[in-house]
Amino acid sequence: MIAPYEENEILASQARQPPSAEHWFGTDNLGRDVFSRVILGSREILVLAGLGTLLAVICGTLFGLLTGYRGGWFDEVAMRTFDSLLALPALLLALLLLGTVGQSKYSVLIVLVIVYTPIVARVVRSVVLAVKPQGFVEAARLGGETQTRILLREIMPSVLPTLSVESALRFSYAIFLVASLGFLGVGVQPPSPNWGLMVKEARTFASLLPWALFFPAAAISIVVIGVNLMADGVKRVIGPEQAD
Amino acid sequence: MVTKSADRCVLDIKGLTVAYQQEGEWLEAVREVSLSIHSGETYGLVGESGSGKTTLILAVMNYLGDRGSIRSGEIQLGDIDLLSLNDTQLRQVWGSKIALVPQNPQSALNPSLQVGDQLIEILRYQLNLSKKEAENQAIEWLERVHLADPIRVAESYPHQISGGMQQRAMIAMALCTAPDLLILDEPTTNLDVTTQAVILDLIRELIQDQDTGVLYVTHNLGVIAQICDRVAVMYDSDLVEDAATHDLFSQPLHPYTQGLIDSIPHLGDTKDSIQLRAISGQIPPIGEAPSGCVFRTRCPIAIEICNSRPPLYLAGDARYSRCHLWEEIDRHEISTHQPTLVGTPVPIPTQEEQPLTLEVNDLSIHFSIRRSVAEVIRRQPARAVRAVNQVDLDISPGSTVGLVGESGSGKTTIARGIMGLEAKSNGSIELLQIPLPDKLSQRDLETLRLLQIVFQNPQEALNPYLPIGETLRRPLIRLLGLSKTEADARVGELLAAVRLPPSYAGRLPGQLSGGEIQRVALARAIASNPELLVLDEPISSLDVSVQAAILNLVGELQSDHQNSLLFISHDLAIVGYLADQIAVIYLGSLMEVTGPGDLFHPPHHPYTEALLSSIPQVDPASREPPIYLEGDIPTPAELPSGCPFHTRCPRFLGEICTTTTPPWQVDQSTGKRIFCHIPPNDLAAVQKRIITRGSSDA
Repeated sequence: MIAPYEENEILASQARQPPSAEHWFGTDNLGRDVFSRVILGSREILVLAGLGTLLAVICGTLFGLLTGYRGGWFDEVAMRTFDSLLALPALLLALLLLGTVGQSKYSVLIVLVIVYTPIVARVVRSVVLAVKPQGFVEAARLGGETQTRILLREIMPSVLPTLSVESALRFSYAIFLVASLGFLGVGVQPPSPNWGLMVKEARTFASLLPWALFFPAAAISIVVIGVNLMADGVKRVIGPEQAD
Repeated sequence: MVTKSADRCVLDIKGLTVAYQQEGEWLEAVREVSLSIHSGETYGLVGESGSGKTTLILAVMNYLGDRGSIRSGEIQLGDIDLLSLNDTQLRQVWGSKIALVPQNPQSALNPSLQVGDQLIEILRYQLNLSKKEAENQAIEWLERVHLADPIRVAESYPHQISGGMQQRAMIAMALCTAPDLLILDEPTTNLDVTTQAVILDLIRELIQDQDTGVLYVTHNLGVIAQICDRVAVMYDSDLVEDAATHDLFSQPLHPYTQGLIDSIPHLGDTKDSIQLRAISGQIPPIGEAPSGCVFRTRCPIAIEICNSRPPLYLAGDARYSRCHLWEEIDRHEISTHQPTLVGTPVPIPTQEEQPLTLEVNDLSIHFSIRRSVAEVIRRQPARAVRAVNQVDLDISPGSTVGLVGESGSGKTTIARGIMGLEAKSNGSIELLQIPLPDKLSQRDLETLRLLQIVFQNPQEALNPYLPIGETLRRPLIRLLGLSKTEADARVGELLAAVRLPPSYAGRLPGQLSGGEIQRVALARAIASNPELLVLDEPISSLDVSVQAAILNLVGELQSDHQNSLLFISHDLAIVGYLADQIAVIYLGSLMEVTGPGDLFHPPHHPYTEALLSSIPQVDPASREPPIYLEGDIPTPAELPSGCPFHTRCPRFLGEICTTTTPPWQVDQSTGKRIFCHIPPNDLAAVQKRIITRGSSDA
């Protein structure tokens, strides 16, 4: 709606134009409107990162609650697996996974979930471990409450503040990871208007068409910084310290 | 009592008002306080949390933070005007003229420096001693505070020595510069009773030799009675009474002081002989004190005049009371003592045919310590923390059993074992003659219904995110099978039973005080009408003035519901007050099991004897030296052989104690069971009666 052109609409006659009233961010070497591509690219990157974060948070919370509460061999196996995943840098792990599951939007999603689930699980687990020995949880156990109810009604409220901060933080990392993968040319394939991919494509013509490089790069920075600031804000409002 | 030459005034506070700034408003934390301490005098300052005593200390040190400010008044330290000093001058005063022994030595000592070095640093800096001299004096001081091996202590880091030893080192540091004023800020509150007794005696001994004026700050009236010459009582930022110790305890002239003295059971009191008179209500939060007399809203004798602020009346020879009605109190015309009906002792029904509520046989709970890789390679045997060892405990229907012991004695572990929160290693636990499964998950709802607990810490007793109503509703629905509407109706009754208004059902725990939270926890525990209610130190983290109300409530609830209680506490006076039967535990083993009232009569197990003598009594007339227990409690990972108490026993016999587990001996006259090699008759012969009160009143 905001974007004046289609994301892949090639205006052959107007290729390689600097920013102007008609093309706010200029056009790239194929004559695509950079402004439109940045705007439409936000859709993909935000949806992909958002959905990935959401799924990772759900999985991570489930694992975190169960490992923290039950302990024993289940905890041991799950946490050692997560440790081994965490031992690899996120980007390296992502490249490895994409190499095996094939390259598409959906595989990027899977990668996000696999990379971030262990981190969220660890954070949730640490809160559960701190809450579990407290009197009110033990009283609930002695009151005959079921495990599901204890986890959801007694423990989950204490996890939420930490979890919201963690989710906001994960979201900003996810955006960065999606963009990075695009830049490395894995996962999302051309001609998708992925910001990372746009930076990669524009790099070749960096000296000739600096605007095609600058605007998607700036978009990545602004969104990542913005989400980070938002995470800080979330922390300040409902952070663990304030929750007590 | 030692009379000291009270000639020189070391500290003179006049009309001191201290306030803290909060959101632009000044809230008074200390209001128009005047007091003076003479050299050689020990001045007690007693008050509950939030009464302003800590602020007063900080003001005396001139060490208030950025937000605190002295609004008016003056503080004279000898001939120095303390408030006129700049930072450099203050630093010269601290340590040399004023010394402080804090509540928590662990955070006051530098963890990365050896204890000796910290002492040497003070000596060198304050007294300009040479290194050699300072070293010698440091060792000398460690000897003077009765540290058994001063050189080893000097070379230790703080975490390597026990809390009692740390506090001795702190006392050495405070006294080594011969300060004019020594401030002791709850120096024994974090210590066990037996250690406290030794430290108190040490303080008393050391200040007798010195010309120091002492400001002793505590919430414990017993300690005040034992050590102080004069007492000032603070309540909600006001100094409400100031008198010589003996006068204060024999005839308090402020209703708050009276309430404090009468609200805690004294050693030897039992619930059949005396009823505790609780102070109603709770301390108002800072900034919300009532106008006029600050105690007005909780005072049983408040009348209209109390709406105006009382001055500090001179009430006799060198004693002061901030109460309009002190003269009437003095002439016994009015009394805060409401006539209390001490009911005739209800005889415990001897129901031979009724099954025991709880029968614990040979219970042991051990926690295995994970071996390190090196230990596994060296084939060292796995070690265990033996928290509870071969405990036998019976609780008959409708009776209260008190379990008393110091920290680390395993009393909480026993409770957790009974509740199913900790797996037992050996023995059996039977509830109404049905063996209890180890794990909570194997116990059915009916078993859970019969067994409930109140935990020690009110901060984590209730889910901070759930309204009180929901917390109380759950056991009704889950354990009693009530419908939601039925349960909602019962929530109101439960709140009423613990004396809380029904509107509390909608509140969150954060809006409640500690005492109120413990009431809710109690309501939750009795919701399912359990057969056995375990109370694990339910009042020890509460303020003194609200403790009695909870204790009375526990007693009332029990007589209403006729359930059995297991009451766990470190406080012999409280356990002795409440319990029909008392079990004394040391290092995971029971030492003595006695009937009601018999706790206070010989024969005692040597440990009980020491414990009883260690409790500072709220009676300045009885300043008996306590029986010292040498050394520290051994760790339960390395239990002593033979009798677990032999390493510290003042009545140690010899080899038999170190090699042979003592037998359970039964005293013929009282029916006490004593875990000792010494025959009960011999024990009774050598032990004097420590307690004079209690049974003689009854």
